[in-house]
Amino acid sequence: MRPVYIVSGGVSKFVKARHDKTFQGLVKEAYDYALADIGIEHPKFFELVDGTVASYFSDHFTRQLMAGIMAQDYLGMCPKPSHRVEGGGATGGICFQEAWKSVASGYMDVCLAYGFEHMSHVETWKGNEFIALASDVSFDYPVGGFYSGYYAMMVTRHMAEFGTTVEQLAHVSVKNHINAYHNPYAQKRMRLTIDDVRNSPMVAWPLTRNDICVMSDGAACVIMCSEDGLAKLEKETGQTYHKVKVGGIGRGTDAMRMSDRPHQSYEDFYKYNALPNEMDDDSKAYYKNLWDKGFRYPGIHSFRAGRMASREAYKNANITDPMNEIDFVELHDAYTSSEIQTYEDMGLCRYGEGGNLAASGKVFMPGVEYGLDLPEKPICPVNPSGGLIACGHPVGATGLMQGVFALWQLQGTVEKHFSDPTLQLKDAKRGAIHSHAGTGTYVTVSIIEKEN
Amino acid sequence: MSNKEFPQQIEENLEGTTVFNIPFPKDDDLSVLKKLSPIVYKHPYSIEYNYSYGLDSPFFAGLANKRFIVCREPESGYTYATPRGHDMYSGKETEWVEIVPEGRIHGFTVCHFGSEAFLPECPFVLILVEFEECDTLFLARLIGVDPNKANIDWIGKKVKGRFLRNAKLKPTDIYFNVVE
Repeated sequence: MRPVYIVSGGVSKFVKARHDKTFQGLVKEAYDYALADIGIEHPKFFELVDGTVASYFSDHFTRQLMAGIMAQDYLGMCPKPSHRVEGGGATGGICFQEAWKSVASGYMDVCLAYGFEHMSHVETWKGNEFIALASDVSFDYPVGGFYSGYYAMMVTRHMAEFGTTVEQLAHVSVKNHINAYHNPYAQKRMRLTIDDVRNSPMVAWPLTRNDICVMSDGAACVIMCSEDGLAKLEKETGQTYHKVKVGGIGRGTDAMRMSDRPHQSYEDFYKYNALPNEMDDDSKAYYKNLWDKGFRYPGIHSFRAGRMASREAYKNANITDPMNEIDFVELHDAYTSSEIQTYEDMGLCRYGEGGNLAASGKVFMPGVEYGLDLPEKPICPVNPSGGLIACGHPVGATGLMQGVFALWQLQGTVEKHFSDPTLQLKDAKRGAIHSHAGTGTYVTVSIIEKEN
Repeated sequence: MSNKEFPQQIEENLEGTTVFNIPFPKDDDLSVLKKLSPIVYKHPYSIEYNYSYGLDSPFFAGLANKRFIVCREPESGYTYATPRGHDMYSGKETEWVEIVPEGRIHGFTVCHFGSEAFLPECPFVLILVEFEECDTLFLARLIGVDPNKANIDWIGKKVKGRFLRNAKLKPTDIYFNVVE
């Protein structure tokens, strides 16, 4: 595989309803922004781009099959090669990785990845129904198909298993909403308190409205290229671009039905799932103790797919200590609880320690006032953009949105794009983006790095 | 080619979306159309499926007869509480085994909101049941508890399945009560 650079990206403003444009128009908005940012116009870019990958989750929302080709057509990308990818909530992350593969394999020198979701065509409760159809329609959906319900069952198990508290969950919500206060692309820019989160309407006990991401209309795109592709773009525009590359990717899967999740032995966990930073004696003793008390892995409290995706991505990017070797993470926080679960899957802490990490301060942004008493300083900020909870979750766009925000973070151009420097991390060299589907069925992790 | 023996106009009616006096510029200046508010219209859509449960069909036949059957891999004995025709480890076909639907709550939630189809039933309680005889869980409704008194202590409580008298051929043909 050859090196792959991310040269530009664009995001439409995520909002509850964009009635002013159809999905093609939203994609065009993100695409035009990405081109403008590298100083090239469509006719010239069209000469240089080799193909595209399209990303959207549900045909139901748009009541339109083959919407991918309609976006391709509207962008003026025909007759270049393209295909659509779909993998639930991870659709955008899969799209990002498919574009990477197109370039890394040598098939393309310049590849455009674009994604969208136009969810406002139906009311929220109907949208919840569409999303719940991404659970087994024989055994899960008919019992009360509702993704917030599925995740709430994971939460109660996490609470019973590890002592995680609703206040710890609320820390995630406060962090992400306040981060998003400085992100003009975000849908919910709010200064919340722990009480605000806990006192908001209960959706699925113990998750409240402010523990859960919202449906959104939006689009995002990323332009990736090989060294040759980068040279062609730079020659065309006369500019020199930031060298930001994909350091490695990983992907994992797990059973569609949460009820089918297996429970591996301690030995198998260490053989197949453990990360390099869990190989020390202290961690082995910690996990042995969990297993001795009846711990099930992955059970319903953990995402084995997320762990496998992380493990593969870290191996490919030579990461052995994620908390200290990754400067920030944009992860799939569809729920405050899933952010905590994902800390553990990604090895930012051990399984069972996610609740404490959420309230520790280590995953908060430096220089942002949260109104919380945080005992420790930031080490690896998680969801500096505000994540899905505050930015919104237009499914097919979300994983690409993470890629764009990570790119801007590593370019050091957050102030330029946000008109606000608050969320710019100083000297960020490496970030991770994490995209997640279903109850943990498909998960992608991609490492993005600034080239020295 | 036009044949006057055939109607030259579509016969119009007032069904569906019928609108009058949509604003439009009366002069030649069409640039103002860029300021036109988006047109949003209602479009109902419904489908009736002829859905097959395939290999899982005996499970629903069992519920209709007030019998709870699960799937077991014959050699390893690995048992799926939620039916599955083939084992995920050996790849072999599973066999049907009957168990008594009594177990414990592994995880739960109270849904105060939901998908459109289930809104009238809110609040309702979802549980994942663990059975001693099974290696995996079963998603079901818990009936007979106060949904406003959710407590983490519900986890681990003993539950017992009850069957609907009139089967609907859905997994909800069995539901659970807490056994005191």
